[in-house]
Amino acid sequence: MNTGFAIDVRDLTKKFGDKLAVDNVDIQMPKGQVWGFLGPNGSGKTTTIRMICGLLSPSSGEGTCLGYDIASEARSIKLQTGYMTQKFSFWSDLTIRENLDFVARLYQMPDRLQVVEETLETLGLTHRQNQLAGALSGGWKQRLALAAVTMHKPRLLLLDEPTAGVDPQARRDFWDEIHRLSLQGLTVLVSTHYMDEAERCDKIVYLAHGQKITEGRVQNIIRQSGLITFRGEGEGVRQIAEAIKQSPGVEYVAYFGAALHISGHDRAALERAIGQFSENNAKWQAVPPSLEDVFISMMGAAGQDKRFAS
Amino acid sequence: MSAFATSLSRIGAIFFKEMIQMRRDRLTLGMMFIIPIIQLILFGYAINVNPKNLPTAVHVEDASPIARTLLQGLESSGYFDIKLQTQDPAEADDWLARGKVAFIIAIPADFSEKLIRGERPQVLIEADATDPAAASNAIAQAEKIFELALRHDLKGPLANLNAAPPPFDLVLHSRYNPEAITQFNIVPGLLGVILTMTLVMITSIAMTRETERGTLENLLAMPSLAYEVMIGKIMPYVTVGLLQTTIILFASKILFGVPFQGSLMVLALAVGLFVVANLALGFTFSTLVKTQMQAMQLTFFFFLPSMLLSGFMFPFRGMPEWAQGLGQALPLTHFLRIVRGVMLKGASLEQLHQEFLAILIFTFAVGLLAMARYRRTLD
Ligand SMILES: Nc1ncnc2c1ncn2[C@@H]1O[C@H](COP(=O)(O)OP(=O)(O)OP(=O)(O)O)[C@@H](O)[C@H]1O
Ligand SMILES: [Mg+2]
Repeated sequence: MNTGFAIDVRDLTKKFGDKLAVDNVDIQMPKGQVWGFLGPNGSGKTTTIRMICGLLSPSSGEGTCLGYDIASEARSIKLQTGYMTQKFSFWSDLTIRENLDFVARLYQMPDRLQVVEETLETLGLTHRQNQLAGALSGGWKQRLALAAVTMHKPRLLLLDEPTAGVDPQARRDFWDEIHRLSLQGLTVLVSTHYMDEAERCDKIVYLAHGQKITEGRVQNIIRQSGLITFRGEGEGVRQIAEAIKQSPGVEYVAYFGAALHISGHDRAALERAIGQFSENNAKWQAVPPSLEDVFISMMGAAGQDKRFAS
Repeated sequence: MSAFATSLSRIGAIFFKEMIQMRRDRLTLGMMFIIPIIQLILFGYAINVNPKNLPTAVHVEDASPIARTLLQGLESSGYFDIKLQTQDPAEADDWLARGKVAFIIAIPADFSEKLIRGERPQVLIEADATDPAAASNAIAQAEKIFELALRHDLKGPLANLNAAPPPFDLVLHSRYNPEAITQFNIVPGLLGVILTMTLVMITSIAMTRETERGTLENLLAMPSLAYEVMIGKIMPYVTVGLLQTTIILFASKILFGVPFQGSLMVLALAVGLFVVANLALGFTFSTLVKTQMQAMQLTFFFFLPSMLLSGFMFPFRGMPEWAQGLGQALPLTHFLRIVRGVMLKGASLEQLHQEFLAILIFTFAVGLLAMARYRRTLD
């Protein structure tokens, strides 16, 4: 079982009471890569990440993280992993510096003061170090959290939606930082809802209803999906959206600005659907489906969430 | 009218929302019903300001039937429960200092002789006045009890002794707090009460705050062991507890002139132990609840019987046995005995070792529970 994988978990399952949150998930992630962890709300991303770093004990399944058993060696895992929680979980009534200093002490860093100083500097927060962390804006909180969880030079980073609510420039900086860390040999697993972020990853894992639906490079996932998308442009195109959605073979319809995308697996059926509205002066052409198109069609295919009885 | 109707419907909306939220918070709802019931039971049944069956030591040097009659009279009155009969005044003194008895009643060797000769012999009652209220009723009854007992014996030629005033003198000696000053009882007790309230609350809240704010997930994701978190969390409040103690002790000396008879070392040891016991309890509470609000409620829930059953507000010996049993399980009960023992009686560590042991056992049990309940994971 102890291979070159940074994360190697099999049949990971988590039940809350009789609710199945994560259902037999396998992840084999090689060292040094950046993987995206995607899936709709409630699909089990956070729960899976918590099991990987030993914060939740799996109901069944087993695995290793950095070569340590996730069930029995959580302490060793914690020492070498940086986990950034989905919700900001640093101490809002401590200052920025005090937060960093606390983390540095917990990890028993020998050159604590210097590390804190450097971290503040790279963050660009030296002049605000005495502000309470709770007073930071959402984006700055995320930056502080990333800095805090990387301070002890972990070998693995688990980032749970690190860029939710962050502006585009900050998001780009964030990803530059992730790739910079990855070049230094870090393994990074990032959960996200942003498609452009998924495309920055070496590979993505897609979860729905607690199950792993697919895994691979973005281009391969799009190709393998067999999804066909047509893009319609023109004045009347928005009016026909509701009607075309009902046509056989049309799996999903989405607006893209003034344009409309229709997707399905059956090219002939899609062309028939477009033909119905030929008197409408919209122009249609086949386009490569986006990752988002593929995911939405996958979610449709996965059907209703049947994990919870309620 | 229509403005009134819309306002009414908004009141309705808030009312129903509040009802639903109240129903969801089971613990709070439970407390709202359990606390009055417990208060009723405690105030109604457990508290008795006219305690009977007070443990008593008798030191009798007179072997005559009259002395025996007096003792029988004491016992049958229901106020005194003779725990020790001794010839050795030092032994009786030691029992009083340890708090094993509340009174020493001494009947001198020549009691019946003098009584018959009409020389008004003395009966000496020494009362532990550290809790003046507890003993006052029994003392008030003592003279009547003796008189009644003698009435049967003083017949025939001795009947003339039955006239009022009684043919003997009752000498009362209030030990440890001769002027029966209430503050001398209350102020040392307050030390225990204040420490209990503030420390249990402060620790249980400090821990639940981490859960409530989501910072617990972060703390758990970083390397820290259960006992490290527990000790680290508790230590700052140990300092707080010691500062509180210093303030209260100074105030009790300066404002109320409460004497300090015993050893400061023994008291310091007791305070240290008691502070740790309360902090461990607060930590345990925090592992049982989810929110700071619930932690407050649980603290209050514990505080109530601590006040009522520990002997702080009402005489411990006045309570029925079941209530005394509950009281014995509370650290405050034992701490009060130590503080009053050290400050007012000058009791030694050896004389108080059982009380120390009781608090120690409590701390251990609660500490073990806390370690078992502390979640190393989020489930
Ligand atoms: N402590 C818990 N108790 C009960 N159910 C839980 C608990 N934590 C998570 N769940 C349930 O497990 C499922 C998976 O939740 P999880 O937080 O892992 O999803 P997620 O993929 O991270 O979602 P999101 O994108 O919204 O963050 C959800 O349906 C959630 O309600
Ligand atoms: Mg999540």
